Amino acid sequence: MSETLRTAAVGRIRRGALQVGDAAHAASPTPRARKRGRGRQRLEIALLTSPAIIVFVGLVIFPVVLAAYYGFYKWQGYGPPTDWVGLGNYKIIFTDPAFQQALEHNGLIVVLSLVIQGPLAILLALLLNQKIRGRALIRVLIFVPYVISEVIVGTGFSLMLQVTGAVNDALHSIGLGFLATDWLADPNIALWTLMGIITWKYIGFAVILMLAGLQSIPDELSEAARIDGASYWQVQRHITLPLLGPTIRIWAFLSIIGALQLFDLVYIIWGQYISGTAGTSTMATYMALNGRLAGNYGYGSAVAVVMFLVSLVVALFYQRFVLRRDLRGAVTQGVN
Amino acid sequence: MSAATSGAPSLRARPAKRTDKPQKWGNPGIYFIAFLLISASVGPVVYIVLGGFRTNSQITVSPAGLPNPWVFSNYVGVLKSGTFWSEFSNSTIVGLVTTVGVVVLGVMVSYALARYEFKLKGAMYSLFAAGLMFPLVVAITPLFIIIKDLGLIDSLMGIIIPQIAFGLPTTVIILTPFLRAIPKDIEEAAAIDGTSRLGFFFRMAIPLAMPGVITVAILAFIGSWNNYILPLYVLNSQVHYTLPLGVQQFSSQYSQDTARVLAFTSLSMMPALIFFSIFQRRIVGGLTGAVKG
Repeated sequence: MSETLRTAAVGRIRRGALQVGDAAHAASPTPRARKRGRGRQRLEIALLTSPAIIVFVGLVIFPVVLAAYYGFYKWQGYGPPTDWVGLGNYKIIFTDPAFQQALEHNGLIVVLSLVIQGPLAILLALLLNQKIRGRALIRVLIFVPYVISEVIVGTGFSLMLQVTGAVNDALHSIGLGFLATDWLADPNIALWTLMGIITWKYIGFAVILMLAGLQSIPDELSEAARIDGASYWQVQRHITLPLLGPTIRIWAFLSIIGALQLFDLVYIIWGQYISGTAGTSTMATYMALNGRLAGNYGYGSAVAVVMFLVSLVVALFYQRFVLRRDLRGAVTQGVN
Repeated sequence: MSAATSGAPSLRARPAKRTDKPQKWGNPGIYFIAFLLISASVGPVVYIVLGGFRTNSQITVSPAGLPNPWVFSNYVGVLKSGTFWSEFSNSTIVGLVTTVGVVVLGVMVSYALARYEFKLKGAMYSLFAAGLMFPLVVAITPLFIIIKDLGLIDSLMGIIIPQIAFGLPTTVIILTPFLRAIPKDIEEAAAIDGTSRLGFFFRMAIPLAMPGVITVAILAFIGSWNNYILPLYVLNSQVHYTLPLGVQQFSSQYSQDTARVLAFTSLSMMPALIFFSIFQRRIVGGLTGAVKG
């Protein structure tokens, strides 16, 4: 969502670029007054922006820089780091099979999220975009899982998915007992269980985004196509889907970034140690386990840097090649 | 909840003709799919809530069954415990202070980005936009070290301040277009009437951008209410725990007492759900409006 917003903002800022300046000039006729006006305007800008910039740079940007520094040390978190190991931490990260597995899981989760949620969300949005009663209520109810915290989702599902839990019980009682299985511990199934929970939690958000995208497409286009004899599916395929493109691409971006940083659900359901054996560990759970819990803050920082770089590369790549048309480089080049 | 279209905060008005005339019922297949979708979405939530009204033996005998008879002792027990209320009030304090911080700082910087011309504007906007790509989880290890250096470990401020920082990107991205969309004419008219630029900010811009401000505030509050990883890293002692940590702690402490865990879990999601149902039009509509730009 934010991405479209950005596009909109970019457009608006570009369009309006000269107006503020013009107004300032018109309002201050003499050069001296203009100068004083400028100084005052600068002061206002500084006052308005500095608190947010300080907090943001200090706690969002600075930690990443700091992580790059600590990542070169073997450091337990007490006093200044002294035990310089160069790229040693990174060597360990990339040769550790546990990290490779975590990275692999993250990759799988990214791909499966896109493949499962994308088409499903588009189909559901197409269905719900028709004129039916109670559409507002449906929109709200499918959004409920998105509002509930990951901790509660994780706690609830880990109770339901136990071998003797509600899901297996329900399967037995409707005659599908042969489907009952060990949803959480079986390494062949656990990742798919996780995907099911992720889909449950985030599909509502995707559907709402797609619905919003659909509603911004003018009806005239599909009406014209219908008059020309196109079938419902032809209209969806050749008119709706292409026009929904920007929304789909932006949803995909948010989904990818979310999948790369997945932590809460895995950590709650599979705990600190068994996510590895169940085949659901992610880079973030690896970082928590080997950094904070093991007391190796130097190593944890190095993992943070790797995660950061993976996200950055994916984001820049995606912006460069996929979002190019939608954003025109808003992030990489700035608004002006 | 009526079938109203909006709640969408965009200044562009959408015709509300759909609500005026009675609708046709349409294809029953769609209602069936919608019904399945809703059951899937709400089912697990209902399971958690109902589970709290059962006894452990009921749950063991028939894990997917309904309460029979209904038991209230689990909920009463949780509501009587000091732990729940202490965690509840910690979550409330953290949520409210975070929301106020995000809104105040976010409105200020968005206003500058939306209605002033200055050299660093583009860079500043990109900085916040880039912040969207790096959520809390990625920065948590170094962030923890900074919080420790600031002496904020095991205090609520140690959660609030970083949450404000990480809430800013979304806020700026949502609010800037809102503030930008206020017509120039209004500002000029106010200026002619003798209103200063800052006067315009407080008396005109903020009231006019209120829908955006409310959307941002709700997102900040729910985000804070549900945050898990930051309290997990920062808080050590149970008196400071927020509800997500409390739920996790409770469910491992009482792992044999499933019914009680379900009661605790369902009580701790209620505030977010109630909050959501009050403001649902703002949230769903806000996202809808946001995408429409």
